[in-house]
Amino acid sequence: MKAMEQIAIPAHTAPAPAWWQSFTTGDRLTKVVAYLICTVVGIGYLFPLYWMLTTALKTDVEIFQFPPTLLPAMPQWQNFLASTTYIPFWLYMWNTVVICGLTIIGTVVSCALIAYGFARVRWPGRDLVFMIYLSTIMLPAQVTMIPLYIIFRQIGWYGTMLPLVVPAFFGNALYVFLLRQFLMTIPNELSDAARIDGAGELGIFWRIMVPLLTPALSTVALFTFVGAYRDYLGPLIYLTDQSQWTISLGLKMFQNMYGAQWQLMMAASALTMIPTVVLFFLTQRTFIEGIALTGIKG
Amino acid sequence: MATSIKRREPFRWRSLAIGLAFISPAVVGMILFAIWPIVQSLYYSFTDFNVLQSPYWVGWENYRELLDDRVYGIALRNTFYMVLLGLPIHLLFDFLMALLLNTKIRGLSLYRTIFYLPSITPVVASTVVWLWLFNGQYGALNALLHLFGQAPIGWLTNPAWTKPSLIFMGAWFGGNTILIFLAGLRDVPASLLESADLDGANALQKTWHITLPMMSPVIFYTLIVSVIGYFQYFTEAWVLSSTREGAAGGPLNSMLFYAMYLYQNAFQQFKMGYASAQAWILFAMVLIATAILFRTSGWVYYRSED
Repeated sequence: MKAMEQIAIPAHTAPAPAWWQSFTTGDRLTKVVAYLICTVVGIGYLFPLYWMLTTALKTDVEIFQFPPTLLPAMPQWQNFLASTTYIPFWLYMWNTVVICGLTIIGTVVSCALIAYGFARVRWPGRDLVFMIYLSTIMLPAQVTMIPLYIIFRQIGWYGTMLPLVVPAFFGNALYVFLLRQFLMTIPNELSDAARIDGAGELGIFWRIMVPLLTPALSTVALFTFVGAYRDYLGPLIYLTDQSQWTISLGLKMFQNMYGAQWQLMMAASALTMIPTVVLFFLTQRTFIEGIALTGIKG
Repeated sequence: MATSIKRREPFRWRSLAIGLAFISPAVVGMILFAIWPIVQSLYYSFTDFNVLQSPYWVGWENYRELLDDRVYGIALRNTFYMVLLGLPIHLLFDFLMALLLNTKIRGLSLYRTIFYLPSITPVVASTVVWLWLFNGQYGALNALLHLFGQAPIGWLTNPAWTKPSLIFMGAWFGGNTILIFLAGLRDVPASLLESADLDGANALQKTWHITLPMMSPVIFYTLIVSVIGYFQYFTEAWVLSSTREGAAGGPLNSMLFYAMYLYQNAFQQFKMGYASAQAWILFAMVLIATAILFRTSGWVYYRSED
């Protein structure tokens, strides 16, 4: 390990008090402190979610009590139902699901192909093109937003979901990078053997790489879903017709209606969060590994 | 990879064609959704353009106008406030939380879940919850202050408090970064930490001399991505500050950020040329910030793979 030599640890340190030593040499006290802080911060993290749920179950009178009640006097479960009719909740949800679904398909298919081209086919200029492609991650959306809006308007896509969905079919540099990392680890012998057996590039891609890539592809699909589901600015620009709105635009509408129905707003927010929360619990491992991949290998 | 057979490339043109065929979506996408719009945006920034009529060349007029635009100045200052103050606070908080989670505490996956949940919930849904928490009259935060006998705070109504409120709320969205840092911490070789233990190093020394250098590539990556992201700060402030009348920016425009003002100019007032000039200045700022970060990246320690 070369790294060892570079790390200078002072040889002589003044003797520290015993409690400080037991604290700093990383045993029980450190753990207790870590626990304590994590728990306090954790409660702080959960509090907004708790407050959302408890508000969602209050009456429109109880929400304006001060100091507020910690739990609803009488849980108003019908608030959840009411919130889905106060705004066309299910319509917005459906629109969102359609956009998410198409975005996932486009992203997964295009990114897998692109990553294969960058990772498994040797061609002159490949690494340079890859660097250029990767640098587009840093491009702020604001720079391209206006010209894209103009062109989408000119071809009549303004007011439809196409501007949100179609670009997904042309790849996403971050996910290509992630998939490429994966593909680079697959030994060449596999594809060489297939090549000798007369398989074409597309055959190798489809029959050898895609099955091996499935875990990485599900990570990409998951992140794409979360990204599309959370998106606000895109729909805000392009979806002009209320019947096409996504759930994020719909939630924002609550704010603009007269007489703040906070309990319904919280109920709708809670319902909106359910899909991502459920998905997270079902696919926790994929999520955690994916986050590690996006962050570290950079 | 190291064991791959070295063979001559007889089909250079063929492999080029195959490679380009596979990456063709990326090439087309780059041209359509990056390169062409960048050029077009630069052109628009020198024009007067309201979408309905064709662009009219005005030279540097838009840029000159920005110099005198007081509101633009406010948006610029607010954005720098977020990049220079909010971002360091958030990254420091995220790093400390990751360090604490890395002490091998029990129930790690529970904590991990709790910290990560806000990161995957739709931004509007969770920001709407904060709108209610921050409510001056009936909000839970002021109720908490009341409990301790403190005067209520105008979280979103007092211009002095709005940005601190946003930073406070932003810590709640830090889960993603916490998990990235946590994954990085787990990659720090245990052998190094153990040998430091043998040398009698304490936790602070180990963090400073081993963990931080080993983590520096992850920190650097996160820093770059965050700086770019914070320059584009939009949705949270937009939702928290927008009014029924369709205005946004909060009291005295104290929550008006760069991307918000740009959006207003482009899509509410249809001053496309003016907004494009803003977009290009934003682009330049992001490039300069990234360049500065790379230039000063001497502290980043890349460990050799072999």
